[in-house]
Amino acid sequence: MEQQQFEPRIVGFFCNWCSYRAADVAGTARMKHAPNVRIIRLMCSGRVEPAFVLKALADGADGVLVAGCHPGECHYIEQNYKTIRRFAMLRHTLRALGIDPRRVRLVWASAGEAARLTQAIDEMVETVRTLGPLRWRDNWEEDPAQREAADRTADEHAAAMEVQ
Amino acid sequence: MNGKGRLAIYWAASCGGCEIAILSINEKILDVAAAFDIVFCPCIMDVKTRDVEKMPDGHIDVCLFNGSIRTSEQEYMARLLRRKSRVLVAFGSCAHEGCIPALANLTRRDEIFAACYTDCPSADNAARVVPQPETRIDGMRLHLPVFYDTVRTLAQTVDVDYFLPGCPPEAPRILDAINAIVAGRLPPKGAVIGAATTVCDECPRTRTEKKIRRFARTWQVIPDEKTCLLEQGLVCCGPATRAGCGALCPQVNSPCIGCYGPNAGEEDQGSRLMSALASVIDSNDPDEIQRIIEEGIPDPVGTFYRFSLAHSMLRRAALVPDEQRVKLPLPAAGTAQTTGGEHGR
Repeated sequence: MEQQQFEPRIVGFFCNWCSYRAADVAGTARMKHAPNVRIIRLMCSGRVEPAFVLKALADGADGVLVAGCHPGECHYIEQNYKTIRRFAMLRHTLRALGIDPRRVRLVWASAGEAARLTQAIDEMVETVRTLGPLRWRDNWEEDPAQREAADRTADEHAAAMEVQ
Repeated sequence: MNGKGRLAIYWAASCGGCEIAILSINEKILDVAAAFDIVFCPCIMDVKTRDVEKMPDGHIDVCLFNGSIRTSEQEYMARLLRRKSRVLVAFGSCAHEGCIPALANLTRRDEIFAACYTDCPSADNAARVVPQPETRIDGMRLHLPVFYDTVRTLAQTVDVDYFLPGCPPEAPRILDAINAIVAGRLPPKGAVIGAATTVCDECPRTRTEKKIRRFARTWQVIPDEKTCLLEQGLVCCGPATRAGCGALCPQVNSPCIGCYGPNAGEEDQGSRLMSALASVIDSNDPDEIQRIIEEGIPDPVGTFYRFSLAHSMLRRAALVPDEQRVKLPLPAAGTAQTTGGEHGR
């Protein structure tokens, strides 16, 4: 049987004022790019709390792409500088948890930079494809035999503690 | 509650500090003894698990369960006490969110066994014997509990009615909870019995605008006693930690380490801490920001999730980290490619 190529699932958090419009422009101009990014529009990349990224990864995403305005061009003056700091902190933590930092990426794309955005999407998809599926929940799914050990405990107690 | 209630106190993966915390309510323990018969508490009395198994379901009115779930035996006790108890309280940080035992979620069973039984310098174990769930001796089968890869919270194991945070819960909060139970004034099921604000609100230190150019560790500075510790560069978990302790640590010149867990309405304490600490870094230069973070926070998981790793969104480190997994070459255009990077070991 021919095996399917792994298609990464990537969640994108895009800023309303720049990258989301760049994605719109890419669509209007019929530019081709990998279809693996599910885009969520936010008012600013500074809105991205680390918890958004963690939840995406925990719930099945293989990678997360955050896109915002170039530094110095934030609609809210300087929130994207905050994004830089939070993002650095988050990647530092993810690395310690055994997650390759390349699974989360921060990219700047203004409303006019549709080509830059689609290129970043394509690169991200190929990078995550080589890293393979994340399948985070598998990390805590225990072997069913271990659950059975807990099930057996009552019988063992009966056998051990009550002389027949 | 009519007549005398039945109380159980149990420990799973914990240190015993929660039992001591219950005693720290001092003479009020007599009120507890007046309101309840303690029917099961291995720390202070000789009652066997078999006795609990023989109780009718719902026989125990209140069970204060401390400790996280690390072995099949602890999972069994959690299930048993859930069935026998009308109100099951996750008591203390371990049962609530994993606490210190859950930092073992940074590693896994085989690595823990190696560190404890075979590779540690004081181990005399040439045969490399490690605990097995089943052993046969003289035709008899002996069982040990199965040791899990991942430490879980009580609520990740069974249905929990209430949560009492803290490592350990402070005596006034324990009394609040006991009084609420005795008076039948209980919050909705699933509630955390505690404050809905942060340690910063209980902290008497003076706060101004925070701008930090380097994070300091506690042994590197002697902080002044009036100013916010975070402003002095110390990693203080106060902004992301639920109130309830009365800001005990900051009052003795030591930063909050986050034992009361995430504030009300927050799922992931570490995420809030990352946000809070990142916001106060006084730099807009990516390289400098990177340097400040890497030099100042050498152990991000132990800092941001010291008490809440099991309860966090990611729950643990990867069983097989990305860097140890088999990488595939970039696929040539148009060719089929296997998925690879499997999680199995």
